Amino acid sequence: MLILTCPCCGVSAEETEFHCGGEAHLKRFGPDSSDSDFETYLFQRQNPRGVHFERWRHVNGCGKWFHAARCTQTLEIFGTYPAQTTEPPQALRDRIAEKRPGWTQESVS
Amino acid sequence: MSTRLAKGGRLIDRSKRLDFTFNGKQFSGQAGDTLASALLANNQTLLGRSFKYHRPRGLIASGSEEPNALVGLGAGGSFEPNQRATTQELFSGLSAQSQNHWPSLDFDIGAVNARVSQFFPAGFYYKTFQWPRAFWKHLYEPIIRQSAGLGRAPTARDADRYEHFYAFTDVLVIGGGIAGLTAARAAADSGAEVLVLEQSADWGGRAPVDGGQIGDLEAEAHCAALVADLAARPNVRMRNRMMGAGVYDHGYVLGYERLSDHAPGTPGPRHRLWRIRAAQIITATGAIERPISFAGNDVPGVMLASAIRDYVVNWAVSPGDRTLVVTNNDDAYRSALTLHSAGLAVPAILDARPGGGGALAAQARAAGIRVETGRGIARVLGGKRVTAVAICAQAGEGAVLETIPCDAVAMSGGWSPVVHLWSHCGGKLTWDEAQAMFRPDADRAATGADGLPFVIAAGAADGEFGLAALVANAHQAGLQAAERCGHSARSGRAQPLPEIVDLPEAPIEPVWMMPQGAGSGLRAKAFLDYQNDVKVSDVQLAAQEGFESVEHAKRYTTLGMATDQGKLSNINGLAVLAGSLNAPIPAVGTTTFRPPYTPISMGAIAGEARGDLFQPLRRTPMHDWHQANGAQWEPVGHWRRPYCYPQDGESHAEAVAREITQVRGGVGLLDASTLGKIVVKGPDAGRFLDMLYTNMMSSLKPGKCRYGLMCSENGFLIDDGVVARWDDDTFLCHTTTGGAERIHAHMEEWLQTEWWDWQVYTANVTEHYAQIAVVGPKAREVIESLGAEGMESQTFPFMAWADREVAGIKARIYRISFSGELSYEIAVPASQGQALWDRLLEAGAPLGMMPYGTEALHVMRAEKGFIMIGDETDGTVIPQDLGLDWAISKKKTDYLGKRAQARSHMTDPNRWKLVGLETLDGSVLPEGAYALGAGVNANGQAVTIGRVTSTYHSPTLGRGIAMGLVLNGPDRQGEVIEFGQLDGGRVSARIVDPVFFDKDGEKQNV
Repeated sequence: MLILTCPCCGVSAEETEFHCGGEAHLKRFGPDSSDSDFETYLFQRQNPRGVHFERWRHVNGCGKWFHAARCTQTLEIFGTYPAQTTEPPQALRDRIAEKRPGWTQESVS
Repeated sequence: MSTRLAKGGRLIDRSKRLDFTFNGKQFSGQAGDTLASALLANNQTLLGRSFKYHRPRGLIASGSEEPNALVGLGAGGSFEPNQRATTQELFSGLSAQSQNHWPSLDFDIGAVNARVSQFFPAGFYYKTFQWPRAFWKHLYEPIIRQSAGLGRAPTARDADRYEHFYAFTDVLVIGGGIAGLTAARAAADSGAEVLVLEQSADWGGRAPVDGGQIGDLEAEAHCAALVADLAARPNVRMRNRMMGAGVYDHGYVLGYERLSDHAPGTPGPRHRLWRIRAAQIITATGAIERPISFAGNDVPGVMLASAIRDYVVNWAVSPGDRTLVVTNNDDAYRSALTLHSAGLAVPAILDARPGGGGALAAQARAAGIRVETGRGIARVLGGKRVTAVAICAQAGEGAVLETIPCDAVAMSGGWSPVVHLWSHCGGKLTWDEAQAMFRPDADRAATGADGLPFVIAAGAADGEFGLAALVANAHQAGLQAAERCGHSARSGRAQPLPEIVDLPEAPIEPVWMMPQGAGSGLRAKAFLDYQNDVKVSDVQLAAQEGFESVEHAKRYTTLGMATDQGKLSNINGLAVLAGSLNAPIPAVGTTTFRPPYTPISMGAIAGEARGDLFQPLRRTPMHDWHQANGAQWEPVGHWRRPYCYPQDGESHAEAVAREITQVRGGVGLLDASTLGKIVVKGPDAGRFLDMLYTNMMSSLKPGKCRYGLMCSENGFLIDDGVVARWDDDTFLCHTTTGGAERIHAHMEEWLQTEWWDWQVYTANVTEHYAQIAVVGPKAREVIESLGAEGMESQTFPFMAWADREVAGIKARIYRISFSGELSYEIAVPASQGQALWDRLLEAGAPLGMMPYGTEALHVMRAEKGFIMIGDETDGTVIPQDLGLDWAISKKKTDYLGKRAQARSHMTDPNRWKLVGLETLDGSVLPEGAYALGAGVNANGQAVTIGRVTSTYHSPTLGRGIAMGLVLNGPDRQGEVIEFGQLDGGRVSARIVDPVFFDKDGEKQNV
């Protein structure tokens, strides 16, 4: 059972306080999008063995959504950050690259 | 024969006699006994029957690894099957029953399976019970069910209490043997908070039995001193009778504490499940001795050498008068010496190693014990009890050299570190060739949230067996754990380790089969898994048939799948598999170690969450009134809603019919407080609701209401309800009763993660208001009599809301209707709900007003053709399927679900669509019935062309009415189609308009 830190209220808590919402940083495609773009947005998800950016909600806490960078293999949490962004903060990406030599965000997408 | 020795027994109190029964027979033991030691002291060596062949089974081990001695304990609400006699402490009045035998333990008919065992090889069930298919239901399954399983499941409700408990610590030490105690002291010396768990009642583990000198003290005294030292420290907590059940992500551990299994009737919970978070975990879980695979190694009386030593030293029980010892390592000599010094006969020690043992072997010889090197067991003689052993050369094929009479056999195939808890969360193992065992690989420990290791193995669990090395290893583990959580040994008061001198030992030589060249006859009697009757020959057959992966071989043969989960059989089994595959053991690997370490009770898992505490109950402000007035409850989400209010012996159906007739002809009252109420507020509230609902909400005028549909981004209908605009910036969104939390979360998700720059707040105010619907042609009369002014349609039309005082209570009245009748839904603060309910009942009494329940509500909405989320929808239905196109905005460029509803499958003209259905005979269609088309599909099943989504008897129309989704339904008005019934019959129904009653909606507009 993971321990996550909510970047909104600052509480570190057990996984049971949170709810995972799948892959982060999806780009929404709306009414004018092509079938292929819309299908990718709706259904296609990354499933990396390694670094994964994902959405979590502090559902039994402050109620806020946030993002976490987590290793799906070792369950290491590289960091959490507010959901109101379209990409992970540079400092976090640097930290991950330091811990996982050779990793770049592009390499998983 | 096994008996109680006159002297000794470090754990028993000879002054306290405890009486107990086994299979109804009276026995007595001593305080401090386990059920196993007490039975053995009474010469009860036959304790159960094996799973497949029903072979006689006795004790093999003395601890939680015991595979055979499983019993049912207690009776009625305290009965529990499959309990290990070796871990059950004896108490006065204990009652145990043996398992898996019929008609009796001594005479078992199923034992005939053993005679024909050549017909029950690995995969027997898979190979045999395949065809014909019809035999499954009536022949195979009943037979397999009858013969399967060990104990019987309890039938009475569990009479005991259980609880969960949360704990946090720097260092958690699992195992209270000498390694665990040593590690705990080192960590505590460094200043760390330490919690130590020991699964048994006694501290010290094997050390007090195995002996040795630690500084000035004997091992037993040293352990006692350690326990006293730790117990006195403020930063150390110690719990015995508590097993570390599992190690999980980020330092989460489940501890299983058995508080009163040894003393039933003690106040308080029976078991406690500890949910522990530890920064560092030390697994000081010791090691388990391995059996040796020789023919007849399952005959009662054949036991692990260490277990025999335990019974003699701990409980003064001799497993036999003459015990033959067979080994491939030095440790078993300790058992021979223990027996010898207890005055018992050891006819021979068979050491499979041609070179024999080290210092301990010399001691045995000096004691006058016959030691034979390079020898093994050809077969054990005896049925329900060992009578003799035929010995042979280990290097040969089993030619009998000599038969030695004996009544017990002590075997030792070497030791396997208990790596379960190390491995649970991903810790890796390495094969130690010299010691012939898998041991933890310290460089590949389980890692935590920070990516750093959080598990350390200590002592024998880390593969260290010499006392000096073991203690040094454990001490180091304690220091390391403390340091990893920020406590430096230098700043603490670390003590130097006492001096320990170990005897020189000769190395182990692996023996995976005895004798080495055993033929098929012997291999088919050499057991690996005692509980599941898996033999050497079965694993070899599995390998031959292509089950090369250890995980496949396990499932094919059932090796290690019993309640002991392969604690004894695992390594021997995979060594046999490796041998068959001609592969090195580490290349074959182990099966996955999964929690719990030994089974834990279902009660402990449930904890307090049972009965009334299983789930919180949500009550409306009028809940108690409903209860007092005979409401029949219906669970809706976490709420209870009145289904109907039966009067004077009425059936539910009669009550529902009365309630509907009263509402349609007069006036009724509904507690609608459970309906979800979400306030959406802010400058962008209208824009936000335009995205959430399929229709336009931003154009709604303050003071007005509008019905709306909500879809997921996949296009499917997820909720519906009436939206009221309170002012320019504020909307109240009604949701379904079960949908309030879900829809509120849906709103927040989109607001926070997609449109975070929009200025909108949401608040779920469902429980802030009591909402009462006054419904029926006389509804206006009732509320006007309570002082609500201007309620007529000219000033207060359908789909408007207004603030008024009703019976002197400030209320917000919504003129909305889910029944098709004139209807006012009156919302007041929750605290005023009961007062308003009472006043409405008084005011309506002259008009015959009565409360109605959810069933009347449902029937009336169905009469009007209104859809119900969860009936007409099931997560695959889009609004267009339900003829709700009128509620989908054509003007809006976007809303959640719009793009998905344009996908090809969503616009397919062959989607099933909503229609009304009327049976030709007026009967009520079965719920969920399928409409049947012509012919059969590829599977030979009838073709389906639709299904019933709602079906009721309408008292208003005096006939059955239904709604359903039917292929091309709206284009087939008037057509008669057939529906299947549960009994295989069919019923005919006509496709009609889904609005059965008041098609023009005149009644709600009056």
